[in-house]
Amino acid sequence: MERIPILKMGELLLVTIQVDMHDQLAITLQDDLTQQIVKHRAHGVLIDISSLEIVDSFIGRMIGNIAAMARMLDAETVLVGMKPAVAITLVELGMSLAGVRTALNVEKGMAMLQNSLKGKETFGRNTQG
Amino acid sequence: MAVILKDETAWIKSSSDIVKVRQLVRDWAISMGFSLVEQTKIVTAASELGRNALDYGGGGEVRLEVIQNELRRGLKVTFVDQGPGIPDLEQALKDGFSTGTGMGLGLSGAKRLVNEFEIDSTPGRGTEVSITRWRNT
Repeated sequence: MERIPILKMGELLLVTIQVDMHDQLAITLQDDLTQQIVKHRAHGVLIDISSLEIVDSFIGRMIGNIAAMARMLDAETVLVGMKPAVAITLVELGMSLAGVRTALNVEKGMAMLQNSLKGKETFGRNTQG
Repeated sequence: MAVILKDETAWIKSSSDIVKVRQLVRDWAISMGFSLVEQTKIVTAASELGRNALDYGGGGEVRLEVIQNELRRGLKVTFVDQGPGIPDLEQALKDGFSTGTGMGLGLSGAKRLVNEFEIDSTPGRGTEVSITRWRNT
């Protein structure tokens, strides 16, 4: 079965969507990611959509779902690389992806996730002591 | 009166056909010289309507047309299905209205992304939706 690959990097999962996804592929990614978060005890998910030419309401909803599900599994999601034309179209479509953190590129998204991971560690140590 | 300069029809029978429709509309929009933002808007609108035809209409067909009137040239995309039809069009065009699994942005969102939007639905017979984006020449 066709799948979007999910890479593990330390406590983070990295997904680069490089194909124009049909709906079933988007649903499979959502299911796979939630399972991988638990399996690898990941605390962060980075989704790179820099190759996506469009995000319609279905794909937008899938991204929102992933962020919400990840949050419930103690992982943060950052969406990176959205093209300007995609952002303009999504907002006019009526989807602002509220609740999904974004960064301009993979590097900035990584920094964002690593910062929040650091925050978590400090918080953990303080409360243990 | 608008003249049809070119047309093509394709089937929508599965979710991979929606991907094909997106690619077809993109190719036509590029060949007509639409800007990247304009291309993205009509492709996204077509994706929403193609999914509606598949999910609610049980599939159908899509017709692409390059049309020309006195002033300008446009890309018109029409979706036709023989599904159950929409009993209350006014309600279906409101944001957030959904009978399915979506966000209810399909029709209302697609309408915002194009210059012209026409819908005709007969309960028990099916639905026909047309969208047009004009290109000023």
